[in-house]
Amino acid sequence: MSKSYDKQVDVISNINVTIEPGEFFVLVGPSGCGKSTMLRMIAGLETITSGTLKIGDQVANHLSPDKRDLSMVFQNYALYPHLTVQQNITFGLDVKKVKKATQQERAAEVAETLGLTDYLKRKPRELSGGQRQRVALARAIVSESPICLMDEPLSNLDAKLRAHMRTEIRRIQRKLGITMIYVTHDQVEAMTMGDRIMILHEGEIQQVGKPIDIYNNPANPFVATFIGSPPMNLAYSDADKKASEIVIGDILRLPVPSNEIITIPEYQLIAGIRPEHLRPALKESPEEDKLYVVVTNVEVLGNETVFSFKLGTNEWKAKWSGQWHIEIGDSIPILIDYGAFCLFEARTGDLIKKSTDLGNVVFGKEVLV
Amino acid sequence: MTSLEKPGIWKKTANGRTALLYLLPSILLFSVFVFYPMFRTIYLSFFLTDQNGDAAIWVGFENYSYLLESTAFINSMKATGLFVLYTVPIGIVLALFFALLANEKLKGIGFFRTVYSSTMGISVAASSVIWLFMFNPSMGMFNRLLSLLNLPQIQWLLDPQWALLSVSISTIWMNIGFSFLILLGGLQNIDEHLYESSRIDGAGYFYRLRRITLPMLSPTLFFIITISLINAFQSFGQIDILTQGGPSASTNLIVYSIYREAFINYQFGTASAQAVTLFIIILVVTILQFKLGERRVHYQ
Repeated sequence: MSKSYDKQVDVISNINVTIEPGEFFVLVGPSGCGKSTMLRMIAGLETITSGTLKIGDQVANHLSPDKRDLSMVFQNYALYPHLTVQQNITFGLDVKKVKKATQQERAAEVAETLGLTDYLKRKPRELSGGQRQRVALARAIVSESPICLMDEPLSNLDAKLRAHMRTEIRRIQRKLGITMIYVTHDQVEAMTMGDRIMILHEGEIQQVGKPIDIYNNPANPFVATFIGSPPMNLAYSDADKKASEIVIGDILRLPVPSNEIITIPEYQLIAGIRPEHLRPALKESPEEDKLYVVVTNVEVLGNETVFSFKLGTNEWKAKWSGQWHIEIGDSIPILIDYGAFCLFEARTGDLIKKSTDLGNVVFGKEVLV
Repeated sequence: MTSLEKPGIWKKTANGRTALLYLLPSILLFSVFVFYPMFRTIYLSFFLTDQNGDAAIWVGFENYSYLLESTAFINSMKATGLFVLYTVPIGIVLALFFALLANEKLKGIGFFRTVYSSTMGISVAASSVIWLFMFNPSMGMFNRLLSLLNLPQIQWLLDPQWALLSVSISTIWMNIGFSFLILLGGLQNIDEHLYESSRIDGAGYFYRLRRITLPMLSPTLFFIITISLINAFQSFGQIDILTQGGPSASTNLIVYSIYREAFINYQFGTASAQAVTLFIIILVVTILQFKLGERRVHYQ
């Protein structure tokens, strides 16, 4: 399936992407970035101003929603409150004049998969949020459409249920092999569910790619701060070519290998580093590598510790695994490697240097052997 | 031990007394304008009255039995029944039709919404006068139209065959604004996502109307049917202006008949008896509606 858009108005512009069959494709972005609009354009609920939308090999710009052979799950589920769960699930089949017996059969089958069998006779208002969500899901699945669109389906659920449904939806998608286009504002959902994700901001694509690639090599500072929690630490920086150093946030000077310093441009840069790449300085670390920072906030999460500190005018966060007994106001030494930094051009936001030193957080399977 | 003391009556009723205080203004108003007249009417219906409308002779249920034998009253009941039958279903179906039209998202739809609901803003008296002109046999709009089409002229308000129908037509027109507005409100309350979802499933307009709109609108429809029924039973103004109950009592609806009995014939006793009968009829119809109709209503 291929799809390309150019909607030249304010909301969405220059979207050009191909979504592969059987793929779990996530559209993610802050609210108001046009991701729902885009989904609705795919569904045919919103007109496409210009550009073409192709579903399969067919241009679908002017196809009515039902001719596009897709199903959709709405944020508020859009369950029919006057119909029972069973009727809700079979609504679409009934429209398509599927035989009653077949309807029953398919509804029962889907209900079985989603654990809704006991609730078929109930009305939506008698169900909990999670159950309603599953009915909405069942309604999408029962149509057996090859494409399923989901518009923030988990945003009305509590955190625990959301985590559960994430894996549930992913499992169903894999099992049925449907192409899923999933809209969310939650970067955790995007990271955990998507085969590929597209980050949208103000109606424009920021980056498309595999979640891990995007995490490791964000295309611009927006993506860098949007994906990952806590977000990537950013600071303005300049290259000091004479000293072969890079000055970050006017305070931190890091030596740069001489073969790399020539590739760094003159203009102002934004340097970014992931919180987990700020490492604790150990006793044996050479004193000149240590940077002493004053802790302004500490969050101990059980398996990891996140603390904040000021670097110039920026508040940065560091994430260390394990429980660290750090108090607010402590001055602690940390290690910062030049290799772990991403560099962006300040004006355009373009990535000019990828983070290369991922050694301490990326592991291959061979480590286990 | 003070905590074991039983709270006194005064303390126990504290909440009730506060509630009563809040209710006091409406209780007072209702008593003066609703409860007192109601009980007075029931009281009067058991008496023959003098010219001042004071109870004179106790006659028990004689007023009622007189009514049931009176052909005038029976006719009046029939006319009222027909009038309700003409106005309520047609009025609601038309209002629903207009509301469905006006609920579409089109440019300038606000203008049509205003126009369709505008009859709500015209008093019964004023609109009756307008209709009086339109029904006028010689210079009225309708007869002009008929003569243009070479059709025979109709004595709209003067022909006993036609008078009730004419009054019904104008009543439908008068009531449509209110029903339209309420139904439009109900339609706007239906979640847009339901329609979008059904469009993805491929449901056509009438399928959506039958499976989504009407069930979702049923509470509003139920409300408007109840209100319209009660309203139709109580129609008075348009009768008074258009026909005065004539010709040959063909439009002598029950409220108008009550008015004539009381304020023209000074028979407050029988008038009260009619009023009580009307009250009972409306009560029964409404109860029946609740019993039968509410089963079909889907509340959210």
